Amino acid sequence: MTAPATRSDLSPSPRLTRLPGLGMIDGTFLTLAIGAAILWFAPVGMGRYGTYVLSLWLVMSIAVMGLNLTLGYAGLKSLAQAAFMGLGAYTTAILTTKFGISWYAAFALSGLLTFAVGILLGFPALRVKAHYLAFVTLAFSTLIWLILRNEQWLTGGVFGISNINRPDFFGIKLFGALEFHRFVVVVTFILAVALWWLIRSPWGRAFTALRENPIRAASLGIDTRAYTLLAFAIGSAYAGFAGALYAPLVEFIDPSPFSLSQSFFLLLMVVAGGAGYLLGPFVGALLGVVLPEWLRFAGSLYLIIFAAIVMLLLIACPQGVSGLMERGWAKITGKRGDAR
Amino acid sequence: MAEFIAYLIAGIATGAIYALAAIGFTLVWQTSQTINFAQGEFVMLPAVLVLLAIKLLGAPIWLGALIGIAAFILIFGVGFKLAVVDPMIRHGVLPLAIATMALSIIMKEGAKDGFSAEAQNFPSFVPTQTIEVFGAAISLQHIAIIACAFAVIGLLQWFVGGTKLGRQMQATAQNPMVARILGIPVERMVLLTFVINAALAIVASVLISPIYLAKFSNGEVIGLFAFIAAIVGGFNQVRGALVGGLVVGIVDSMAAAYISTQYRLAVPLVLLVVIILLKPEGLMGRKEERRV
Amino acid sequence: MNQVLEVSNLHKAFGGIKAVNGVSFSVNEGEILGIIGPNGCGKSTLFNCILGQLEPTEGSVKLDGLDVTNMRPSELNRLGVSRTFQLLQVFPELSVRENLILAGQEHEGSMLSRLFGARDAGLTEKAEQMIGFFKLGHLADAKAGGLSYGQQKLLDAAMAFMAGPRLVLLDEPAGGVNLTMLGDLKERLRAINAEQGATFVVIEHNMDFVMSLCSRVIVLAEGKVLAEGTPAEVRADPAVIEAYLGH
Repeated sequence: MTAPATRSDLSPSPRLTRLPGLGMIDGTFLTLAIGAAILWFAPVGMGRYGTYVLSLWLVMSIAVMGLNLTLGYAGLKSLAQAAFMGLGAYTTAILTTKFGISWYAAFALSGLLTFAVGILLGFPALRVKAHYLAFVTLAFSTLIWLILRNEQWLTGGVFGISNINRPDFFGIKLFGALEFHRFVVVVTFILAVALWWLIRSPWGRAFTALRENPIRAASLGIDTRAYTLLAFAIGSAYAGFAGALYAPLVEFIDPSPFSLSQSFFLLLMVVAGGAGYLLGPFVGALLGVVLPEWLRFAGSLYLIIFAAIVMLLLIACPQGVSGLMERGWAKITGKRGDAR
Repeated sequence: MAEFIAYLIAGIATGAIYALAAIGFTLVWQTSQTINFAQGEFVMLPAVLVLLAIKLLGAPIWLGALIGIAAFILIFGVGFKLAVVDPMIRHGVLPLAIATMALSIIMKEGAKDGFSAEAQNFPSFVPTQTIEVFGAAISLQHIAIIACAFAVIGLLQWFVGGTKLGRQMQATAQNPMVARILGIPVERMVLLTFVINAALAIVASVLISPIYLAKFSNGEVIGLFAFIAAIVGGFNQVRGALVGGLVVGIVDSMAAAYISTQYRLAVPLVLLVVIILLKPEGLMGRKEERRV
Repeated sequence: MNQVLEVSNLHKAFGGIKAVNGVSFSVNEGEILGIIGPNGCGKSTLFNCILGQLEPTEGSVKLDGLDVTNMRPSELNRLGVSRTFQLLQVFPELSVRENLILAGQEHEGSMLSRLFGARDAGLTEKAEQMIGFFKLGHLADAKAGGLSYGQQKLLDAAMAFMAGPRLVLLDEPAGGVNLTMLGDLKERLRAINAEQGATFVVIEHNMDFVMSLCSRVIVLAEGKVLAEGTPAEVRADPAVIEAYLGH
């Protein structure tokens, strides 16, 4: 227990912290960079559908990443991540198809809108008690679902919105599956690095403090209310970003992927991957999104299998697959891992 | 006016169902800190199990009901406590809450795959007639629901207040630590609340399924409204859960009648937000101290 | 003498039970004030009312003449009031150094400057100083959760001093600490008091610890101030002897 940690990333020397360059790089960053490079080339020869599944994995990972900030770092239960994703997807779809606004502006607006809604929802709920947020987001999820289904003039109701265009990249059309996949890789990489950077800032330290001991945190001058709210709002904005990518990826959206069950499902992905581990969401989304595509024979039973696996994980290792890997790594090397 | 009375009765009837679910939810929360996000599925499943027993075993209704109910109490009363809550609670409230979400997915998808994706008729034990009261056409089923639900809640109140076992359970609910010092078998009392929760869910399920039909997705709305009822009433109060359930049921019924059928679900949600903004301790709750 | 903290007529009732029943006292700049009393006399409740963790039923708390009654704990802390807790309160997943940086990072700059500024908020040096001062040097990179009880207690105290507070409230700092560590702790507290002029209020069970550390002592009994004076005066007070030995 008292063995000194060998994680140099947590304790850089004072000289290095002020240099934004090399001193910042750690195992997590390298994993992200190498992963992005591999994924850039991965779909070659995979065909349209295989490529689509890979892109979908990354898009869902963004939503799970945001929820990981909310749940894994700040310890809050948000049951509306899929609804926030829907908000982002519909915002982007409506702005680009009906108003001809560029995807980039729609992407930014989706993030901004979900961030603002997060603040509006979180403020009254967190004023009372942290687990009230769960019920308020539960209600919000249902409300979004109702609006998506009923406001046909805006959302197309159950028929949804189709013919959502994929964006350009400096004049390069991204209509093809491979081109768009590479675009998704870049956006995912940028968002993951942004989160990595956020977690390593004093804010990240404050988020961890919130999860571990909010009362002690407050007594050290940490504005727990503000940080809790920010963690939730930033986490929600990531869902908005994910939605903004999801809409052009699938090119047709309807309300079904944004239901309450989907929000539950996203939470399970956070836990499966390992709540509080930066790379956990990629593992969680892999288990939740990619694996069922490969295990088609399991059909809708896969959802049950996945939920059951998560329950077993929660009993055996609440830190999820990342925690299991960390344990395994520690066994092999006799040291602590670097996955967080 | 006649119309209003009919909607009021319908609202009280569905409200009584929400109250049953909310009371179980509150009890389990009080004794074991379990936020059961599968509460709605708990109300959905008993009816499905009963129909399944009838279908698979070719059993008559009474036997099917007996088997379905016994299986539910065993799995989702005792089993839920021993296999899910006990091993998980040592990791904290959060993993347990997430485990109940996983459970809700398993229950829902299990009912869909193992039983039916379509709504199925569920036998009603009262005739589906209406009677006329003050010129209003009132469904006998609604009357039966109200009578049964209130009888069960009354029985529960008597049990909690009037028997030794019940008082021990209440002491455990209010403060498990003190209860343990007083020599109350806390573990058994906690288990008892889970069994009571399962029993209340069965009553709710049997009462509501003849009207809503037995369907895997029924739990979504019932669960949501049970949570709202619990909070509106005052998160920690069994009495509050009853009041909250009735308020939510009546508001829902009135909203459907006078505001919008499409947005009937939204009105209780607005009620929830208003309560959280104006009276966060709930209608019946006392203001809670900040914890140190 | 300059009064840092002024508590007047503070009441706190839980239902019908009056845990704090009209307590008034003031804390002078630079002193070490001890608050003692038998179990259940309202010491911790008093602390929690002063620090905004509980809402007092009646009465007021002033810091340097400014009314801070019911101020949120985080705001009060940023005004220079720091505390330790009776039960251990460190962040187990963070290293010792990270715990200390956390304790100081909210005291300078804005939220935005913390987001875009240095990762250590420029506090590494200060943290190293505290680590050295509390003799935790070899443990700087260890996770706080892996430290021994006594070491965590030292870290807890070090965190309270990280931001250079004006006033520190220590809730049973000696509880569960072994004798060697206790001597260490006392010596550290004295040194900080002498060097930085920080003012202390100490709640304690351990009479010897209080009597040898504090310059002035207040005795609470049944939610009221029973006696007040130097350690020697309090020790000789018949009412105090009665309260402690009478039961």
